This record gives sequence, structure tokens and C-alpha cells, in this order.
Amino acid sequence: MAETFLDSSELVLNMGPQHPSTHGVLRVVLRLDGEKVMGTECIIGYLHRGVEKIAENRTYQMFAPYVDRMDYVAAVSNGLGYCLAVEKLLNVEAPPRAQTVRVALTELNRIASHLIWLGTHALDIGAITPLFYTMREREEILNIFEKYCGARLTTHAFRIGGLQYELYDGFEQDVSAFCDMFPARIDEYEELLSGNRIWVDRLTNIGVLNAAQCKQYGVTGPLLRAAGVRWDLRKAQPYSGYENYDFEIPIRENGDTYDRYIVRMQEMRQSVRILRQAIKRIEPGPIMAKVPKVIKPPVGEAYVSIEAPKGELGYYIVSDGSTQPYRVRVRPPSFVNLQALEPMAKGALVADIVAIIGTIDIVLGEVDR
Amino acid sequence: MRKFLKRLLFLDLIEGLVVTFRSQHPKHIYTEQYPAQSPKVAERYRGAPRLNINPENGETLCIACNLCALACPEALIVVGSERNEQTRRKELTTFTYDTSRCMFCGLCEDACPVDALELTQDFELATYTREGQIWDRQMLEEGPRPKQYKF
Ligand code: SF4
Ligand code: SF4
Repeated sequence: MAETFLDSSELVLNMGPQHPSTHGVLRVVLRLDGEKVMGTECIIGYLHRGVEKIAENRTYQMFAPYVDRMDYVAAVSNGLGYCLAVEKLLNVEAPPRAQTVRVALTELNRIASHLIWLGTHALDIGAITPLFYTMREREEILNIFEKYCGARLTTHAFRIGGLQYELYDGFEQDVSAFCDMFPARIDEYEELLSGNRIWVDRLTNIGVLNAAQCKQYGVTGPLLRAAGVRWDLRKAQPYSGYENYDFEIPIRENGDTYDRYIVRMQEMRQSVRILRQAIKRIEPGPIMAKVPKVIKPPVGEAYVSIEAPKGELGYYIVSDGSTQPYRVRVRPPSFVNLQALEPMAKGALVADIVAIIGTIDIVLGEVDR
Repeated sequence: MRKFLKRLLFLDLIEGLVVTFRSQHPKHIYTEQYPAQSPKVAERYRGAPRLNINPENGETLCIACNLCALACPEALIVVGSERNEQTRRKELTTFTYDTSRCMFCGLCEDACPVDALELTQDFELATYTREGQIWDRQMLEEGPRPKQYKF
């Protein structure tokens, strides 16, 4: 270390696991030189529940509720990924009605997840008000989930082969009422934040991650798109009929924290656009494909990845022909994106670490599984 | 120059404050005063379990087929049954349901062929002991009996 006037040595500081701004039980070991971060090390595993191992002892249907508990903020997306993976193994496809409902619910869930992110991220940076507003809007979404499937957070909304629950009366009206109300609310958040000098100054040029670094670390989702890469699995490898929807992939150039904020705000608007199309397309028909009562996929393996709110969510399932999976491996977006903390945080100030952790949008249930 | 003036006059902060004050109107209050004001949960809500009984003769609807116990990922349902020698049918004797391990996924109620087991809209499941979380047949049929404290 270079000689300084006042002799200083490196300080090692534990941030977490009980720190409120690490969004769960994440422990970050910071090596500090004064205010400057020289290096970070993430210590994870405090919320490890062995979900992948549990899968090996459960039948395919029984495992479905467990995936909701990984990314509990976006439980519906998790359920969709798992169901699609098993459906691929079984070589069945959900009927069109089920697919449209799935798209509608996952887009609602994307908005709910981004709202949680926006509220907590703003809270970390010092803007307390947006949290109350985002929670209020999220409540509307959770009410729709509750009316549809009976649970608000860990929904277990989809089953292998389609849906368990028929839509309730008034689903379309509820969703379109939400779509009418919500864009004005996004404007409200932007009014609060986008032009606010504290917000802008604390976010611009913080935690820059360029496209090359994103690819090197396997970072996906809004982080990648904020760095200028137009990559969204809904367009790149369409599933559940996403190829028929008209929407755009918002991208930005700089790859800093402010750009990620803008990208996510735009994504919420695009989700509203998809929702509007989806509720018009819900057609009568069966909601469940022909799936045997006892699911016994043929020997083989399948990998399905979907665009979860936080990035690419992949399920890799190996079947040995029995009723229980031989191995289930999950590729959680938060876990992979969390690696990018090191390059983003190097050289930053301590106060910015909170902003950088917030911008990755991690859910520790998914990081640790 | 305009940008400088805008910064000097705190226009960006005033803009945010306008939003805040717009939401102060009593019409926009969203908070529920929970114990006084119970939320209305949806019809399909998956809450406390219930074993339905036939309202006419008070007999249980459950046919002791054990399908719910087999469907449960947590294996927390235990169905006890006995063969009735006269009718040569299985009859339900005991039924335990451990709500402390339940994740309210709804697989058991989907599995039940006669709609005997149902997850209801009741969500107040707190008890003082761990044993209190294990519901027996009587509790499942009649609902939990909360302890009443008089002050
Ligand atoms: S709700 Fe799920 S976890 Fe609870 S008893 Fe039924 S099947 Fe088991
Ligand atoms: S599935 Fe229904 S009928 Fe069969 S044992 Fe369970 S509650 Fe009784």
C-alpha cells in the first residue's frame, strides 16, 4: 500500500447479515481504505434451504410450491419457469387460454417485483415516500393474485400442463382497471425521483458495468439492458406465446445505476402494454393440457429459461424416468447478478455500496435457495 | 442558465413535494387498522383448513381415502381409519393436520375427491404453543377454539 501522510491501513468491515439495506441476509465483507472500497466479498448461504435437494425427494407436482419460495417477490415467474421445464420434459404444451393467462399473471408479477425494487432502492438512498406509493400499487396486484389463486405471495398459481384455477369473474375488469390506473402512477414516481437532484446525483456514474463486463459475468436482465445490450428472452427465445405480443425492449447506454432505474421504469410501462393485449386475447377453452395424474417423464433432460423480472431464470431438470426428478438445477438471476457487485463496487465510496446492492435487485431467497 | 435557476429555486424538490401533498387527502388513505378492521379476503383464499361435515346429519364427508396425505409435499396430514364390519367401508377415526408445517399450497384440497378438506378464509392461526398448531379432527371440523382472555 502506498505511503500516505497519515499512516492508514486497510479496514475490514462486515456489512450484514442483519443490515437493512442488503435486502435480506447477505453479508458483504468490505475492505476499506478510509471511505473508499478496495474490495468486496459476498458471504451467502444464510437462507439456504436446500431447495434443489428437496426436489429430488418430491414428485414433480409436489415440488411446484417450493419454487415459489426462491424468488418470493416474483413467485409467479418461478412457477412458470418450472412448469415450462417439466412440460418440455413431458413434451406437452399448455392450451392457448392457459398460456394467455400465464402471460398476464407473470407480467403483473413483473410489475410487482419492480415496484418492490423501486420502493426499497429509493428507501436505501433516502427517499422514503416512494415506498409507500409502490406498496399501494403492489397491493392492487396482490389482490388480483389473491382473488385468482387464493394466495398473495407464494402463489402456486400454475400447474404442470396449464392452470388449476379458472379465472374468476371480473378478472379482465380488474386487470384493465389496473392498466388504466398504473401509468399515471409511474409518472408520479418519476415526478418524485427522475428529476430530483439528490436521486440523480447519487445514481449517475455509480456502479458502472459495461456490456463486456456484463457478458463476462453472465449478468442478465435489466443490468444487461442498461448497458446497451438488447437481450430479452421474451424476444430472443419466446415462450408461452410472447412472440405474438407487441412490446419493446427498453435499453440504455451507460450501464450505471441511474440507467438501470430508467430501464426498469420503462419495463413496467411495457408490461402494462403486454397486459392490455393479453386480457383481450383470453379466449374460451380448456385450461389444462392432457397430463397424466402421475407424472413420469421419459428419461432425459430439459433446460428452460425465462425472463424473470431480475434476469434469466433457468430450470435444468434431469429425469430418470421415475416420478421424482433425478436432479433439478436452478439458474437464479440474482445469484449470478450478485457476482457483479465486486467490479461495480471497487473504488466506490462506502455510502454508494447500498445503492449498488439495491440496483442489482437481489432476493436472498433466490441467491441461497 | 435556466438549469441553474431551476436548481436555485429548488424546483425539482417542489415537484416532488406536490406529489406528496396530493396524496395527503383523506380520500387516499390506504392503511387498514388491522385488528379493529379485518380485511376481506378473497373467496379462494387458502387459509386455515377445515374438514367439512354433512350439514344434515353431522357426519363427516371424508371417506378416509388418504389421497390428501399422499398429495401433501410436507406429509403433514395423518388420516386414521377403521374398517366398519357391517358396511365394509373405511371410516374416518382421527385426522391430524400440522398447520405449523403447512405452506398452504392447496394441493391437498385439490386432491380430495369429495371436497371434504378445504382451506378456508380464516387466516388467524397464531397460538401460544407449538402443540396448539397441530389440529385434530374436532378442531378441523368445528374450527379452532381460541383462548379467551378477560381483562
Ligand atoms: S396446503 Fe399443501 S402443505 Fe398444507 S397440508 Fe395441504 S398439501 Fe400439505
Ligand atoms: S382426500 Fe378428502 S376424503 Fe380423502 S382422506 Fe383426505 S379429506 Fe378425507
